[in-house]
Amino acid sequence: MDLIADRGRRVTVEELNTTKLLAHATEQAKARKYEDMMIVDCDAHHYETENFKEIVEFMENDVFRQLTKSGMNKTRHSIVPGSIGFQDMGGRVTRYPLRSSEKTQAGRQRDVQLGERWMDAMGVDYSCLFPTGMLNIGLHPLKEMENELCWAYNRWLTEKVLPETGGRMYSMLSLPFSDPDECLRHVETFGDRKHVTGFMVTTVRTDTPVHANAYMKVYRAIEERGLSIAFHSGPNWGENIFKSCNRFLAVHALGFSFYNILHCTNWVINGLGERFPKLPVMWVEAGLSWIPFLMQKLDHEYMLRPSECPLLKKKPSDYMRDMYYSTQPMEIQDMGALECTFRMMNAETQLLYASDYPHWDFDLPSTIYDLPFLTDKARHNILGGTAARLFGLQPRNEAQKQNLIKYGNYRPA
Amino acid sequence: MAEQFVGKAAEFEDGGRRIIRLGQDEVGIFKHEGEYFAYSNYCLHQGGPACEGLTIARVMEKLRDDKTSAGLYFSETDMNFVCPWHGYEYDMRTGECISDRSIKLKRYQVQQKGDDLYVLG
Repeated sequence: MDLIADRGRRVTVEELNTTKLLAHATEQAKARKYEDMMIVDCDAHHYETENFKEIVEFMENDVFRQLTKSGMNKTRHSIVPGSIGFQDMGGRVTRYPLRSSEKTQAGRQRDVQLGERWMDAMGVDYSCLFPTGMLNIGLHPLKEMENELCWAYNRWLTEKVLPETGGRMYSMLSLPFSDPDECLRHVETFGDRKHVTGFMVTTVRTDTPVHANAYMKVYRAIEERGLSIAFHSGPNWGENIFKSCNRFLAVHALGFSFYNILHCTNWVINGLGERFPKLPVMWVEAGLSWIPFLMQKLDHEYMLRPSECPLLKKKPSDYMRDMYYSTQPMEIQDMGALECTFRMMNAETQLLYASDYPHWDFDLPSTIYDLPFLTDKARHNILGGTAARLFGLQPRNEAQKQNLIKYGNYRPA
Repeated sequence: MAEQFVGKAAEFEDGGRRIIRLGQDEVGIFKHEGEYFAYSNYCLHQGGPACEGLTIARVMEKLRDDKTSAGLYFSETDMNFVCPWHGYEYDMRTGECISDRSIKLKRYQVQQKGDDLYVLG
């Protein structure tokens, strides 16, 4: 296939085959004997918008379903490319423009087949499947549409996709966070379904305080079910504070950190950790460098202004160390700073490997495996042991089982 | 020094590329403006297939004398090749990572014998 390069020049590349594209990842997996350790990817994605025709049928409201289907057929596309070419860097990350060229078998969900390919190539045993386009659902102007789309997506995912994965893919389902009552209905409806380990809030939103009283029933319902909650970040060029940025790089680097910093701050200083001590909370896809910053900043302010946080019984950083974080996109530019970050966050027990595949800035398991300062226990825990313990994931062979037992992560089914 | 046959020069079009195995390494060979360039196909970032992605001219930014920006443009002289995994860009003529020129891909010599092309390693 041809890709467009400079001045309209065409460059011929092979059609996409995920297994072949990731052949070097497979070499890494074999060289490092990943088959002996459970590797869990706590943040992987699919492009649910490619399945929109299936998903939309699960929308409950006739009017919104008709509105959505009608919109899918429109031919009046904008002439201004709002986000085209940014994630894929103008075609430099070839799996984006070549995506439609990859062949899959008929009769099975395409997303499952593609997922199995990259998981096998990387040596990943389990992955938590998150959406892509739905990560911006919090920006939808209609609360009702957010409800409808989350409901439809969660039904489609749990009824059509996850059952086809042989248990290797699970999910933390999207919550329509603009409507706390609907969030509760989602938890009560989907919380007990197979392959559901918790619920996910997209943090790309600024008008929904996570500490609002209306959400307490939602958190309690998740905690009571022994499930987890994840806050998944993202970029938003439309956010007022980012409108001055003229490069996607700036919006992306700042946005992912910003939204998790915003909501994590509200979560911590409002004592949510005291209110729901048994609720595992995970902060996803903001990298790690924001964590030591926020720990230092909140501890500093808390020491001066404890009267504003009367629910806290320890420093904000202590509550942050009670929560979980996904690794990707892990900043490895300064190894000393990274080691310090791992120490500050108790990475050995609080950090979970994430690839973010197939998105452009994905991380391989080797980004963790090869870190020179990790103990064997930390390496095993981060790459999958902690996730196995949290989500009750079972080893896929005897060597994995023995390693889970060795490091205290084995939870019999 | 080991040598590995790449192909016939007459069949190697300008702008084309070949990927071959040479011992423990994979090597990407490019033909650019009539010259051959060969580099390790393992990206310095996370080990992706550095030579198998897009080739694209370097993006530049023009500054006027008063230091105001006159916008982005493609270089007329500098060509890069891009690792398809994450977009790491390498200078076609040196193998240097254009984001940090202190690191570069291992380079191999390309030798032409008659119409036969070989990589030496």
